[in-house]
Amino acid sequence: MAPILELKAVDKSFGGLHVTSKVSFAVMPGEISAIIGPNGAGKTTLFNQITGHLRSDAGAIFFKEENIVGRSPQQIVARGMGRAFQIASIFPDETVLDNIRAACLSRLGQTRKFWRSVVTFRQATEDAHAILDSLGLDSQADRLAFELAHGDQKLLDIGIALALKPALLLLDEPTAGMSPDERQHTRALIKKLWKAFDLTLVFIEHDMDMVFGIAQVVRVLQQGALLAEGTPEEIRANKQVITAYLGEDF
Amino acid sequence: MTKETAMNFKAATLWGMIVVLFALVPVLASSPYQINLASHVLIWSLFAVSFNMLWGVTGMLSLGQALFYGLGAYSVGLLVNYLGSAWYLPGIGIGLLAAALLAFFLGLLVIRVGGVYFTMLTLAFGQLAWQITFKWYDFTGGDDGIQGIMPPGLLGNKTAYYYFLLVLVLVSIWILKRMAYSPFGLILRCVQQNPDRVRFLGRRVRRNQLRIYIISSFFSALAGSLMVGVDSSIHTDMLYWTTSGEVILMSVLGGINQFFGPFVGAVAIILIEDYVGAYTEYWSLIIGTIMLVMVLGFPKGLVGEARRLIMRFGRTETGR
Repeated sequence: MAPILELKAVDKSFGGLHVTSKVSFAVMPGEISAIIGPNGAGKTTLFNQITGHLRSDAGAIFFKEENIVGRSPQQIVARGMGRAFQIASIFPDETVLDNIRAACLSRLGQTRKFWRSVVTFRQATEDAHAILDSLGLDSQADRLAFELAHGDQKLLDIGIALALKPALLLLDEPTAGMSPDERQHTRALIKKLWKAFDLTLVFIEHDMDMVFGIAQVVRVLQQGALLAEGTPEEIRANKQVITAYLGEDF
Repeated sequence: MTKETAMNFKAATLWGMIVVLFALVPVLASSPYQINLASHVLIWSLFAVSFNMLWGVTGMLSLGQALFYGLGAYSVGLLVNYLGSAWYLPGIGIGLLAAALLAFFLGLLVIRVGGVYFTMLTLAFGQLAWQITFKWYDFTGGDDGIQGIMPPGLLGNKTAYYYFLLVLVLVSIWILKRMAYSPFGLILRCVQQNPDRVRFLGRRVRRNQLRIYIISSFFSALAGSLMVGVDSSIHTDMLYWTTSGEVILMSVLGGINQFFGPFVGAVAIILIEDYVGAYTEYWSLIIGTIMLVMVLGFPKGLVGEARRLIMRFGRTETGR
């Protein structure tokens, strides 16, 4: 089987600062994997390169067997990539439902329709409710997004990405800033969504329970380079990773 | 479903009231002046509502929509002046087409920059158009403008012209309202609130901004062209930046986050100008004071604050 996402010697520097250097790895379809590493290791920059937010200086990124370096985020999203952000990226003054519905309308190619009210778009509305339901947010559908609790805003952000029915979903620290209870809930939820939506999922995370609890593959970045790659067990036992990131008492 | 039906019913009632109210003006008016005043109210309402699709909805504060308002007016005025009154209606059409084309090419330039730079560029182009019109005396009449522009045939009758513009204004506002609540309108609001996220929905931010810039300019031009028959004249003030500023005031007064906010704001400002203007030449002082109070105390505008009150009462009634 061909990988759905393949990075080949991907580079990015800002001035003299080498943020990612010669990163190569392949993500197989259906895989759930984690990217870990200390702050400043280049994890988010790597996501920005994959999603077209930043242009890679060198290397190639194959998504569904096509090099997407130089493509715009819009084009990459259209090919089936979805993304949620470290700081919840939502539409604060719209209802929770409309946040998701906007994404559904976009996927269905209906955002140019200017005559009928959004509520009459049945397919988009049903899809949006289904996604809110799977996130446990449907009871809050009519609230404005900014009124939601922080944790729920993060879930809404994931929901917006999910609504695009992406083949590959990238989550940037889905549990960042959450309470321990919310973390536990989100951990279980993400695993459930991965199964229910048949996703290929890559997430960046500092929560080790989540990383070692649900990831099939763990990749470690350090100073912009891929330090190690393997199953959770392999990573846990990797001497280099322990010294660089996990610490002796992990 | 029942909630939607109830909302449709409320919207239909509101529309019915507006239509009946304005349709009755010529019947109830005791002088042609009141028809003239109602015409001003309607035209400014259309101008303000179309401007607010740009600002309140999409977050693009243009300080140059007078350019399109004036373009609509001067297309009609100049064509009638040089070619005869038969060119009145074609003049409106040509003005609308010219506005859409100009907005397209100008939009490609000014939408490349965001925020205050967009505002400054629209101001610059607006003032450029004003300056040209002002200096080109032989063609445009310069500061004097052109007087005595009459619509042809039946439309020469003030009452008939009033109904003509009433229909066009209300249909235009209705179209814009449908747009505001459509998927396109939703994406425009999303563009204002979080353009980065819109890109990751797979939508182009600038393209949507360009679309609404063209649409807003088109209806601004319609407002301008309709005004020609009301005052039977065109003048350079229509292109001046204070005309662009006027619709900003109307939007703020009525509430920029409410579709009917600019409409209510336009009604209020035109009526205040008229009534206070009859007593004192310092009417702008009154407008200024009202604006100050609104912005500091009631930033949601007349419609926004009214809606907040209704919601609060509604909640106490049902005990929530």
